Amino acid sequence: MKIWMLVIALAVLSVVSLFIGVKDISPLDLFSLTPEQWQVLSISRIPRLVSILIAAVSMSISGLIMQQLSRNKFVSPTTAGTDDAAKLGILVSLLVFTSATTMEKMLIAFAFAMAGTYVFMKFLDRLKFKDTIFIPLVGLMFGNVINAATTFFAYKNDLIQNITAWLQGSFSSVMSGRYELLYVSLPLLIIAYLYANKFTIAGMGEEFAVNLGMNHRLVVNIGLTIVALVSVVVILTIGTIPFLGLIIPNIVTLYVGDNLRKSLIHTAVLGAVFVLVCDILGRLIIYPYEVPIGLTVGVIGSIVFLFLLMRRKAYEA
Amino acid sequence: MIEVKEVSKAYGGKPVIENVSLKIREGCITSFIGPNGAGKSTLLSMMSRLLQKDSGEVLVDGKDISQWKSTELAKKISILKQSNHINLRLTVRELVSFGRFPYSQGKLTKEDWEKVDEAIAYMDLTDIQHKFLDQLSGGQNQRAFIAMVIAQNTEYIFLDEPLNNLDMKHSVQIMKVLRRLVEELGKTVILVIHDINFASCYSDYIVALKDGRIVREGSTETIIDSDVLEHIYDMDIPIELVNGNRIGVYFK
Repeated sequence: MKIWMLVIALAVLSVVSLFIGVKDISPLDLFSLTPEQWQVLSISRIPRLVSILIAAVSMSISGLIMQQLSRNKFVSPTTAGTDDAAKLGILVSLLVFTSATTMEKMLIAFAFAMAGTYVFMKFLDRLKFKDTIFIPLVGLMFGNVINAATTFFAYKNDLIQNITAWLQGSFSSVMSGRYELLYVSLPLLIIAYLYANKFTIAGMGEEFAVNLGMNHRLVVNIGLTIVALVSVVVILTIGTIPFLGLIIPNIVTLYVGDNLRKSLIHTAVLGAVFVLVCDILGRLIIYPYEVPIGLTVGVIGSIVFLFLLMRRKAYEA
Repeated sequence: MIEVKEVSKAYGGKPVIENVSLKIREGCITSFIGPNGAGKSTLLSMMSRLLQKDSGEVLVDGKDISQWKSTELAKKISILKQSNHINLRLTVRELVSFGRFPYSQGKLTKEDWEKVDEAIAYMDLTDIQHKFLDQLSGGQNQRAFIAMVIAQNTEYIFLDEPLNNLDMKHSVQIMKVLRRLVEELGKTVILVIHDINFASCYSDYIVALKDGRIVREGSTETIIDSDVLEHIYDMDIPIELVNGNRIGVYFK
């Protein structure tokens, strides 16, 4: 797959995405938009498209960084407790700091996500048995333990419904004024790109990094901070999108390799294309209603994930 | 100049290296030999700053290794460990280009790429430079890593069991390359090696370790000797002279 093919697909799908919805707007109307049509575009359709693009790119890239830093192809924010810790953080911010602004919520959730990811990485250091599949399983268990706590406190405090909303990512409620937090991701993604080479070196192990005179600890910490922040931002605005950070980087690895300088862009564009397709499908299947993105990505993603598990041998060779 | 002064290391109260002192000879291949658990790899790791020492000094050009800036040291010494076998999908050329990291911090200049091309050509990898590492054989992989070290262009090259998992043909190939690095490029090579006959045929100087101490060190002729080897390995190792090489016949 060449990058220009992906970019063209991305452009076409983006345009298509703008013209799908209950309110009929066709590309021909663009030059003679009624005020009402313009409102729909500017308040709902364009914010939706932008948030899909940013969220998809963010999740795919944070998955890629995590896989590189943990040196395991099956680790992502979904399978490392990051998402679950972030959710617990949001719950805590709702319970303890009732009047918290979105920004404050984000910071509290970030602290939790960071702590959760860190604990998981510490697990990784301690584990003697570094089987490729064993590690994400530990991560999933760890995430579920955190989730249990979240559910318990949410149940006690009648917040189960709010929590469920974060469990299932959805773009349907994206409107101008309610998604702008996502822009926080953009500078972080740029930093990720600048650090691409260092993440690749970190992925070759601490000894390898030391040999090249790189501060391994520092690079890992920067990577984890980016992952935690980006995950929190996406969960707060969209919700969790399972498997995205897992399958996209794995597919890209197959045809581009693991040199982040190269694979980062591919991962970003492929991730955006994949989520756009899932979103468009979700909006068309039961039109005029829609299937939440978490579900479409989850279904298609888990099939791809199973497929990747089957051909795990190819990675271990 | 690398000098080790009374270095010690213990794991959980159990000493692995005790009061080892050593001077590395420039422009030579120095081999560390000794039985399993003698502390060879530990000593090598401490000398190349992968492992913190408990006490003592490792002086590189008169300055302790812990006082050096890591990026500066990376232009002076390089280390390849067996655990380097990575499961990343990188091409040979990408891997070799990382050898320039200490000089360019990831933004390779034209000169850096020239060095990369030279290293690839030197290791005879030009034809396969765009292949992924996981598509290569063990011997080709090892050569790719050595090419990276050549691109890193350090005076001192440390290798921890570079022949591990290689067949005879590839082992000989690697040892010949190390010899060329010393003779053509003036490098100083220090390696941990298990096969005393490879050590005998290719090294200039041998350091024998046992139970965390240096038991003997000296030129190859003085160490590859029945009495000395018996002391090191606690087994009878008759030495035969074959085509001018001292070969230990310990198989039966």
